[in-house]
Parts: sequence; structure tokens; C-alpha cells
Amino acid sequence: MSGAIGLATVGMTKIFGDFTALEDVSIDVRAGDFHALLGENGAGKSTLVKCMMGFQPPTRGQVLLDGKPVSIADPRAARDLGIGMVYQHFTLVPSFTAAENLVAARGHVPAVVDWAKERKSLDAFLETTPFRVPLDRPVRELAAGEKQKLEILKLLYLDQRFLILDEPTSVLTPGEADEILGLLRGMTDAGLVSVLMITHKFREVNAFARNLSVLRRGRLVGAGAVGKVTTAEMTQMMVGDAVPRPRAARVAHAPVADAKRALEVVALYASDDAGTPRVRELDLHVEPGEILGIAGVSGNGQSEFIEALTGQRPIDDGRVFVAGQAFSPTRGDFARFKVFGLPEEPLRNAAVPRMSVAENMALRSFDRAPIAGVFGWLKPATMRARARDLVARYRVKTTSIDAAIETLSGGNVQRAILARELSEAVDLLIVVNPCFGLDFSSAAEIRNQILEARNKGTAVLLVSEDLDEILELADRVAVMSQGHIAMTAPIGETDRNAIGRAMAGH
Amino acid sequence: MDASHAAAPAPGGLVSAGAGARLRQAAEYIAIPLFALAVSAFLFSLFLLALGHSPSEFFSLLWRGGFGTAFSWRNTLQRAAPLVLTALAVAIPARIGLTIIGGEGAVVLGGLAAAAIAIPLAGMVPTIVLLGCMAILAATVGAGWIGLAGYLRHARNVNETISSLLLAYVAIAILNFTVEGPLRDPGSLNKPSTPPIGRENMLSPVPGLEVPWALVVGIAIAIALHLLMSRTAFGFAARVTGGNPRAARAQGLPVGRLIVLCTAIAGACAGLAGFFEVAGIHGNANAALAAGYGYTGILVAFLARHNPIAVVPVAILFGGIAAAGGLIQRRMGLPDATVLLLQATVFVVLLASETLYGRLRFFKAGARA
Repeated sequence: MSGAIGLATVGMTKIFGDFTALEDVSIDVRAGDFHALLGENGAGKSTLVKCMMGFQPPTRGQVLLDGKPVSIADPRAARDLGIGMVYQHFTLVPSFTAAENLVAARGHVPAVVDWAKERKSLDAFLETTPFRVPLDRPVRELAAGEKQKLEILKLLYLDQRFLILDEPTSVLTPGEADEILGLLRGMTDAGLVSVLMITHKFREVNAFARNLSVLRRGRLVGAGAVGKVTTAEMTQMMVGDAVPRPRAARVAHAPVADAKRALEVVALYASDDAGTPRVRELDLHVEPGEILGIAGVSGNGQSEFIEALTGQRPIDDGRVFVAGQAFSPTRGDFARFKVFGLPEEPLRNAAVPRMSVAENMALRSFDRAPIAGVFGWLKPATMRARARDLVARYRVKTTSIDAAIETLSGGNVQRAILARELSEAVDLLIVVNPCFGLDFSSAAEIRNQILEARNKGTAVLLVSEDLDEILELADRVAVMSQGHIAMTAPIGETDRNAIGRAMAGH
Repeated sequence: MDASHAAAPAPGGLVSAGAGARLRQAAEYIAIPLFALAVSAFLFSLFLLALGHSPSEFFSLLWRGGFGTAFSWRNTLQRAAPLVLTALAVAIPARIGLTIIGGEGAVVLGGLAAAAIAIPLAGMVPTIVLLGCMAILAATVGAGWIGLAGYLRHARNVNETISSLLLAYVAIAILNFTVEGPLRDPGSLNKPSTPPIGRENMLSPVPGLEVPWALVVGIAIAIALHLLMSRTAFGFAARVTGGNPRAARAQGLPVGRLIVLCTAIAGACAGLAGFFEVAGIHGNANAALAAGYGYTGILVAFLARHNPIAVVPVAILFGGIAAAGGLIQRRMGLPDATVLLLQATVFVVLLASETLYGRLRFFKAGARA
């Protein structure tokens, strides 16, 4: 492996129509640097790295490689120069195994692959990294955390010496994140690679990055060495003058005699698509006005549990009670028991990408009055008026309520779905990774909404891979490990270490 | 999915909501199919030139044979009528994300059922009652046949495209067995058929308009289905299911029931086409029922982009092409299959043109050079 390379942009500008996404941005990532790129959603971070990777030509500006101007016409050119990127969305072939994905990534694969030889060299390669990914299972069966590891492994395998990482740790546990970033930092210290990391997490910046640059509204608003810039200063640079809403206070609920549990799950079993049992004898309950946070390393059955609970996956065995009555995930029961949810990847699980914002906001209510009249005849005017009201109340940024929801940014899709799910009385709210990939202020706002719902008496089941989020929001924490609840404790009676040990299966 | 998402550049970003912009976006759905038609006409002209025939003569004959005279119009509309119904049998399931290509089976069985019920009833009941019974039975049998493909999809995850196509062959076999065996009219010598329903019981064109009843009913059904899909809770639920089945399940929508219902509606449309063929054209059921309307309907539905209203003009266009076939054959000495080749060219070009959607700058609202 040869040494790291340095990459710099000079006066990078990108204009779409009459919208300036990037204006005169010059950043310098020297060889062996671990550089953090900070900014809110829409600040231009993605546009900047897309220009550096050759996905789109900049309107003005240049890329310098080790000080010399280079032209990067397309991602292939970037790869040939040794510049590689880990994207926010996975770029693996789901039906291929990890080994096949790695070999296919090389680009020049021989017509007949000598798998015995490849396996040997892959094993040797893996020995040089601390990542452990099962090589022989199709990638679609891997958990998100394992997929992200494989994405990073792919770049290392391709011997890329300048790595651009777009929020690489959003799907990882703190331990995994530290492990990966620690390894990458070690490689930069050894002068083997340079890293440019887009992130929202100050903790990771302070712990692992060496330098940082901050973008806001397409401009470079600050840069410096980590340690010299305080977290408060970083926040100030990122959010500018916008004042985030104050955090809702936590209301203590007086205990109610003979109150029914909002959700009770008894000995639940569910399997993944391949038929492997992933949820085994899971028991839990949530009280009204309480947030139960489920922590756990991704891939311990959380997705299967939530999918079984919300009707996306059959329940193999066990019972689910809502408000003391048997519950099945049908539209009738969702409405009767006022069960709502904010699933992960909302565009995939909670929205119809090609339908309009207004239509997506009506997914819960289209078949009831006032939107549906006699014989299910729809009233589009009512539907649109409701959507307009929700867009305003929840500050969803969209050009129009008639725009397809897939044209919205991730934070705004999340806001639109949350608006829909919280717009009526809610008794039980099922939330999964609600702030995945969101910027600082969107995440804070969404957490506030969840807390507000809890304060109004809603029972919240929160599944999150972000332990900080659980520690911030939950009243009680449950740790899921190997398909069942390994530990539960009120948030005040446990700590990060105890949770971490339970997550690790001890 | 993930890969394509990541590699694609940011979506066209700026969408302004002006009425002009919306009109431009709508224009895309008309301009691209028209462009595809023009390209296929060009490619077909090359084919004609290679055979030593004049493309201009071909297209003028096509016009004359399809739309030039009152007689050709009558012929065209008669052929267009079943196409409206068989195209709806493709368009409705498409809204819920299913590709049904076996409408031919429902046409054939619908026609057979209509002819069969007429055997005991003809002469016993008034014409209107007889025709009503025939239509209802044809629609029911068609609904069951295509609904079966939908049920297999839902309950057993059988690919509905393959199963509906294979079921069409089963249906044709049932027709042939029945008309050559149990229900054969002893009087039908060269062309085994069921007994005739009786000349007095056959449908004549709509008085005053001189268009077939089948077309009037087809257009009414197209409008009704358009309203059903776009303005009712049922249609909304179907579109949600078609757009994202995962989200539909998470919303607790009865995905299986929606799939079976949409395929049953499709089958009922195709079954009615069979009824109209028997009651309006043939007067009995025989092998001529399998005339390929079910397959041409696929083409019509795709060209109409599965919009029930757009199905009507497209069906008339294809009715015209089919109607002109005989004239072209006689005047230019071209084989009968020439018209099929033109249809095939249109279909291939049309499928290729799908990639143009969203790529042409002109139709992107707000995009500026």
C-alpha cells in the first residue's frame, strides 16, 4: 500500500438553475489528515463531495491532488486517482455475499473467478483489519451495521488512499463507531490514507478528527484544528443565528390506579425472510406516558420485532395486547387503538415515494371522514387543506403539497411523516431510529415532538441504534440481544456501561 | 435499489408549483408516446423500403382503411371496442403494481360462458334478460379467472405475469374442448361452435350513433374505473399498495384483498369483451374468440400509460390499424402479419421510450438552460 494523498478544492462553486448550492468553497485536506466536514442538511456538504468525486461538474472551481490540478470527469476517474467514497445509502449488491461484493468491486474481474484463491487473499486482507463481516452470507441478510462495515472494507480492499465518508457511523453502535474511526485514525496517523468525513456528531469530531471545516448555506463559514475550536463554536457555525426550539420539559405522570398497559408483548416469535428465527420469546410492556427505549446492536432482531408488531412480517407465535385487548396489525386496530408509528427509512416504510406530499399525509386518514365521504368518495380539497395545515404546523419544507414526497430532503420526509402520525390523538407510538441521517436541529426538533407526545400521555416504544438518543429520551431502557430482552431498567438506575455490557451479551 | 439511489445525482431539486409547470409535466406523458409512435413509423418505413414498398402508400392506405370512410370508421370502432376492455384489464392491475398479460384467457372464457348460458335461456326469456344474464356470467367468469392469478400472487407469491399468461392457454384449451365436444352445435361443420344465441337476440349498434354497444359500455367503464382509481378510498389504497407495498402493510391496508379485487375487476372487463364478441359479432362461441384482443390490449394499456381514460383513444388508434390490415394486404400484396409487425415495432419502441421520462429538460418544471 502506497502513501496517503492530499486533496484540496479551490473556489468550488455549483449553481443549479437559480439556486447556488455551493459558493466559493476552498478546503484543504492534506495527506494523512483526518478531516471532518460539518454542516446542517442542505448546507452543501453532499454537493461538495459530489463535485470532488466527479458525480457532477462544478460550475467553477478546481480540485488539487497533492497540489497539482486534476480533472475528475466521473467517479471512475476519481477511483483511478485513489479517491473512494462511502455513501449514506448502501451500494452493495443485496443478493451477493460479502466476498462476491468485494471481488466485484474491483471492476476488473476475470471471466472465471478462482474462488479458492480469492478467499485466501480476502481472508489475508481481513486479517489486516479489525472488522469481522460474514463473507458467505448474502448481503441482504446482514444487519445495517455489518453492511456499513463492508462498505468501508470495500474501499480499503480497493486500496483507495483518499476516503470520503458520508456519515459513516449513523448505523453503528458507539462501540463499533469508535472501533472503525479509531482504525481509520490509526491509518491516517501512519500516513496510509487521508479521510474526509461528513458527520453531525461532535463527539466523533473531537475524538477522532484532526481538522475540521464547517459549511452553512453553501459557504465555508469556519475551519480549524480540532481542539482549538470548541463544540459551542462548531454549533454556532453550523446553525448560524437560527434558534432551535427549547427542549420540552419532561412531565412526571402521577401513577393511575388500575391503568391498563398501553402495550404488552408476550412471548413473541418472528423470523427473517430466510425463515431464521430472529425474535425469540420476547416480552415487554410500555405504560401510558412512558418512553421505553430499546437499545441493542443492530441485527439482534429489532427490525423483525418492529415489522412483526406493525404488520410487515407475520408473527410466528406469541400475543400482543394494546390497552389490555388483543391487537392485530390491521388498519381497523391501528385506528381503534390509536397506534401510530415512525419507522426507520420512512421513504421505504411509511411513504409512497411517487405520491404527493398531500397524499402521503393522508395515508392514515384517507378512508375516514372528513377526507372520505359516502361510498369512500374522496374529497381532495379537504385532503389538501389538511396537508397545508400540517406542512405549516410541522414546518415541512416543500415547494408544494403536490410535489412527490421523494423530492423532499430526508429531514423533511421525516417531518412530514411525523406530522401525519402525530396529528391525531395517539395512544401508542412506535418509533425506530427517528433521527437517522438528520442534521442537528431537525433531530432536536423531532426528539422534542416525541417527548411532547409522551408528556401528553402517549406510550412510546423507541427503538434506536443511537444510545445517546435513548439516554436522552427514554424513561426506561430495555436492551435487545439475540432476539429477546436481555435487560430492562429505569433510566436513572443504569448507566452507559451496564447497557453496553448487556448489548454485548454479557 | 440502494446502489442506484446513491449513484444517481440529486433529483432535479427545484420544482416550482405554477400551473404552467404542471402542464409541462403533463405534456411529457403525451409527447413521449407520440414521439415513440413517430420513431416506430420511421423504423417501419425502413422495413417497407427494404421490401421495395412505398411507406407513403402504406400510411395513406392505413389512414383510408382505418379512418378514411364511414365504413372504415365502423370497422375501426368495432375492433376498438374489445381493445378498450382488454386494455383496462391490464391498466387496473398495473395501478396496484401487477403486470397482468393474460386478458385473452378471460375474453375466451367470458365469451364461452355467455354462449353457454344462452343455450338453455334463448327463446325462454326476453332478449334483455338473456343479454343481462350473459353479460353478468361473462364478467363473473372473467373476474374469477384473472382473480385467480391475483390470489395466487397474494397467497402463494406466484408471479402474476407468468400465471395469467399460462392461464390464458388453459382457457383457450377449455374453449376448444368445449366447442368441439360437449357444447358443439351439430350444425357447425367446418368451424366447431356452440349453438347460436339467435339472430333476434344479438346486439345491434347503438341507434342513432351507429357505434357498437361494446364501445359505449367500454368507455363508460373506463370513466367509472378512472374515477374509482383516482377519487375513491379504494383506488387510493390500491395506488398506495402499488407505489409501496411495504408502506401499505405498515398502514394495515388489506394488501391481499386489494390485489384480488383489482385483478377481479380486470378479469371482469376482459370477460365482458368476450360477451360482446359473442353477442355483437359472432352470435356463438368458437375458436375465433381467441383473436388476440387480450394481447393487443397489453400494448394499448402500455401506450396509454395505464390511464383508463387514455386507453380509449389509443384503442381506437389500434382498432384502425387492425381494420386497415385487409386493405393493405389486398392493395400492396403485403402479408397479413405486416400489421402485427407494425404493432410489435410500436411496442418495442414504446418500452424503450420509458427511459426518456424525467430526462428531457423541457418537461422539467423550473429547469433552465
